[in-house]
Amino acid sequence: MKNKKKFFNADLSQLAIPLIAIALLFIFNIFRDISFFSIGVTTNNDGNLVLTGNLISIINGASELAVLAMGMTLVTAACGGQDISVGAAAAIAGSVFVKVLKSSPSINGGTVILAFLCSCVVAIIFGSFNGSLVAVFKIQPMIATLILYTCGRSIAYWINGGATPTVESPIISAWGSYIPGIPVPTPVLIVIIVAILFKLVFRFTSLELLTQSVGINGSAARLNGINTTFIKLLSFIILGLCVAVAGSIGVSRLGLINHETLLLDVEMDAILAVAIGGNNLGGGKFKISGSIIGAYVIQMLTITLYAMKVSSTDVKAYKAIVIIILVVIGSPVVKSKFSKFMGQIRSKKIEASEKGAAKA
Amino acid sequence: MSVKQNVSLNKNKEPLTDTQLLMTITIIIFFVMYLLAVVLLQGGFLHAQQIFDLLNDNASLIIVSCGLTIVMIGGGIDISVGAVTSLVVMSCVLYLNNGGNIFVSILLALGIGLAFGAVHGFLISYLEIQPFIVTLAGMFFARGMTTILSVNPQKVEHEGFAAMQNAKIEIPWLGYVAKNGNLIPARMEPGVVVALLCVIVVFVLLQFMRLGRCFYAMGGNQQSALMLGINVKRTRFFSYVISGLLSGISGYVFMMHTGAGNATNAAGMEMNAIASSIIGGTLLTGGVGNVLGTFFGTMSLTTIKKIVVSSGLNDPWWQSITTGGMLCFFIILQSVVLKNREKRKHA
Repeated sequence: MKNKKKFFNADLSQLAIPLIAIALLFIFNIFRDISFFSIGVTTNNDGNLVLTGNLISIINGASELAVLAMGMTLVTAACGGQDISVGAAAAIAGSVFVKVLKSSPSINGGTVILAFLCSCVVAIIFGSFNGSLVAVFKIQPMIATLILYTCGRSIAYWINGGATPTVESPIISAWGSYIPGIPVPTPVLIVIIVAILFKLVFRFTSLELLTQSVGINGSAARLNGINTTFIKLLSFIILGLCVAVAGSIGVSRLGLINHETLLLDVEMDAILAVAIGGNNLGGGKFKISGSIIGAYVIQMLTITLYAMKVSSTDVKAYKAIVIIILVVIGSPVVKSKFSKFMGQIRSKKIEASEKGAAKA
Repeated sequence: MSVKQNVSLNKNKEPLTDTQLLMTITIIIFFVMYLLAVVLLQGGFLHAQQIFDLLNDNASLIIVSCGLTIVMIGGGIDISVGAVTSLVVMSCVLYLNNGGNIFVSILLALGIGLAFGAVHGFLISYLEIQPFIVTLAGMFFARGMTTILSVNPQKVEHEGFAAMQNAKIEIPWLGYVAKNGNLIPARMEPGVVVALLCVIVVFVLLQFMRLGRCFYAMGGNQQSALMLGINVKRTRFFSYVISGLLSGISGYVFMMHTGAGNATNAAGMEMNAIASSIIGGTLLTGGVGNVLGTFFGTMSLTTIKKIVVSSGLNDPWWQSITTGGMLCFFIILQSVVLKNREKRKHA
């Protein structure tokens, strides 16, 4: 019974930092301007009823980041390192997506699915390239993915022959913004679907347990008969799928592929989301839900800063300050000092009450 | 990975350490690559000026890579270096344009670098936060501050600085005779001297000084370093301080090269610096690396770009694709070489 309670506490303490961060941002916004939270219903250009408001744009805008953060959590947990090439890989996947759409005579449901599948295949190929470097050649993930980080966007450029083609179709705009008749942005629905898929995979396979054991102690896991190479490779392949999804959302949102700006610097944000979510960047135990909340924390911070009329180029500086505050609060040293301090106060209280009891 | 010490039990058969082996591979490959370029492309590669051009353009990258090598030997990572360089450039340019003097501007550059290094070092070693996240935040902060200072490109308008910027070191005997019969001496910027000095100082620090050897011990195995009585926290703190200081110097050298501050200055420099260190044989796991290797790593990285341009692959994507290819080649080569050594040791 006692063990169960302890486990529950440990479970919650991992989510404490992201939840506190979101709560602080909410409180800050309530005092700053309560209208920040207003949600309205308007009719968009296509004549659909859609939800608008800052909260919706936070949830909508963080979609790509949330999808990538989920995959990144798995890679982090299994390999003890991060993939810094997700932005570049998403640019490649997006380029393939557009290339296939452009080469088909007309854009209908079938071609969109075909294009998406093609981009998935390409993303999986690049993911397994990274994965095999990490799993087979035993190279640090960050170094291994530095290769694709360096040349990925150039490959995306090369796929489209140096152009930034646009695609226009109601299906693409439905993918990137709203499906007619549903007031919730489609990317949000995609995130929910991906999250449910992750949940189902963890529920019906032992992937979560295997990943954690590979991350905590690789050689012990190998001696216990776990195929560590395969698990690491698999985590990169799953991240590849996430990359393809994020790339297709990013392309559909704008209706064009720009290899330079599509999901720029998203790799840093994705790693940050994983860290804010309370996951150890050195691998081991992980919580996907923490990373998802982390992604929304980052987006909420950004939107709050935009609402305060901070220009988009300056946002980074303020973001950095908040990040530092968050990680300092979450750092092991500060945590242990804080719990010691709390313990002292508690023991003093007990002493005082004992004294009071003695007097009485 | 344990620290390889030069235990000279048998002086005749002293094997190369991992560090020396990886560095030797890099240096050999660099010279082979350069010779191939000379043979196949001729043209500019025959002149000494080509090497000086590479040095002139990449002096700041060399300096930054030195700092990163120290951090990586200590088992950490610093991805803020490019952003700090850019911030230093912008703040020095603005300071000089508002009537500052040169000496103070140098102090300003060093100060900014030191401040970033000290904060990173404190957060990482004393509060035990993951280095990637801390330096990522540092990178965001420096980039953000750069645009807060000025979004538009700023040119230095300061007479003393212009004189300093135009000062070139000419080496007549390395020059070549142009078609019209004039001797064109090889030109080198003062920044190159600073960069080479940095390489030498860092080399001496890493090879012969107590602190430098502590970096290797700490990166090789933190636990045994602690057992040996090394103050691991302070050593790690200093590794980030030195990296910060070198980013400050690199910023000043960058400004002397371009003479202008721009928000996109030194974009992607951190990744180039990491790539140079890796090509030079520094392992991200720590404990292995040499700053001379890093120097040749930087030169290889820049030479391959030059070769791509001179061989007529003008499409904009070829440069980074070949760079990626070379990086891939080096990384796999290193991994295979080290694996074979491990096997032989156990056999």
